[in-house]
Amino acid sequence: MKLSTKHLLGIKDLHKEDIQLILSTAGQFKEVLQRPVKKVPSLRDVTIVNLFYENSTRTRMSFELAERRLSADVLNFTASSSSAAKGETLLDTVNNILSMKVDLVVMRHSASGAPHFLAKHIPAAIVNAGDGINEHPTQALLDAFSMQEKTGRIEGLKVAIIGDIMHSRVALSNMYLLKKMGAEIMVVGPPTLIPKYLEEALGVRVTYNVQEALQWCDVANVLRIQLERQNQPLFSSLREYNLAYGIKQKMLDKLNKEIVIMHPGPINRGVELDSDVADGSHSIILNQVENGVAVRMAALYLLAGRSDEN
Amino acid sequence: MKTILSEQQMALSIQRLAHQMLENNKDMANTVIIGLQPRGIFLSDRIVAALKEIVPSHPFHYGKLDITFYRDDVRKTLHIANETDIPFSIEGKSVILVDDVLYTGRTIRAALDALLDFGRPSKVSLCVLIDRRFSRELPIQPDYAGKAIDTIFTDKVKVNWKEKDEKDEVVLV
Repeated sequence: MKLSTKHLLGIKDLHKEDIQLILSTAGQFKEVLQRPVKKVPSLRDVTIVNLFYENSTRTRMSFELAERRLSADVLNFTASSSSAAKGETLLDTVNNILSMKVDLVVMRHSASGAPHFLAKHIPAAIVNAGDGINEHPTQALLDAFSMQEKTGRIEGLKVAIIGDIMHSRVALSNMYLLKKMGAEIMVVGPPTLIPKYLEEALGVRVTYNVQEALQWCDVANVLRIQLERQNQPLFSSLREYNLAYGIKQKMLDKLNKEIVIMHPGPINRGVELDSDVADGSHSIILNQVENGVAVRMAALYLLAGRSDEN
Repeated sequence: MKTILSEQQMALSIQRLAHQMLENNKDMANTVIIGLQPRGIFLSDRIVAALKEIVPSHPFHYGKLDITFYRDDVRKTLHIANETDIPFSIEGKSVILVDDVLYTGRTIRAALDALLDFGRPSKVSLCVLIDRRFSRELPIQPDYAGKAIDTIFTDKVKVNWKEKDEKDEVVLV
């Protein structure tokens, strides 16, 4: 068994079997990470470049740690401190890096579709670590892994995705993945932050009422308000957003059940999530970060393992 | 297809392997048995069951080890990982690795690397049901062997287990 794709560009291109394979392999890697020596020699003959054209802490460290735990050689590239700042094109930069014999490219870019463009022009396998407002596949995979770990299933699970749906690549990847795996989805947010026709396009439920969504769901995935991707104000103030859509402990206390709180980070405390919820017993936010390394190890292992074929 | 071990011969061999382990390891409390995923587990399950029958009062430490991530052929063929379950420390213990067939020795090489990432055992020995001697690519030999056979590389030895393949037997395909 192997992945059906050469690259991991988005969840959209994956089959259900691919997702299951990545999640089950991630389970084995999670066990590896509990050992005294948390490192395996699988990819010791593989060189990976992390190409980050956009700021990142968690994702970048998580990828780098995953690569090192697999014994791969790691190169780091940050746009702000490189020749990209001197005007070199993306394709030139990547071709220059590849001529140094690099096997895998992990890439984050503010332009949606940048990794898809690269995939058409270079021979190396590409892992999308977030492209603009399109997809962030490894985040969706680690979210699914964390949900499965916490609740024991994905199929039939009711997941509310709350916040800035319009600008969130995490939301889109999550919706693709959860749909493929048979979960039910409800998206919640201000009308200005939810794309039109989302219901028809992806088969998800849409509501503008947070309390209704919390009452309905088993898992609430709360997204960050992405101020950097908004060219115009789509809600009046952060304070107002918090009042209408922020998750507060007293909202959870009102429910007649326990729900799981997730957040892809970084959290704007007091905006989309109040501190007592973020740090409370319902939250699995730090487990998500922990699982991120195992899930990325699985994705890299499965992609590198097939890269010599064809 | 030629039968190498029948069901009855297999049962006898497994009994003998269990007895030899007890004979060679006076201090079974300090000995741990680790089966190699995926197909060594069938043999290690049987051996542990046999040991428990012979010395019912004795607690045996029994774990399962998957070596997928330690293989040296990741770039040639992708293998799917299985569960590793070693819920005890192997530090200072005498470890007996258990696999169904010993062929080139590459799996055991990977298993040794994997095992040493869990700690420093005082000793590691190897138990296999079938030893395809003269086919080794690495200097690795078994300490306990059910049956040694002479084969050429085009031969394929298949160990069948009731739990998975409906019948206990070892055949040359």
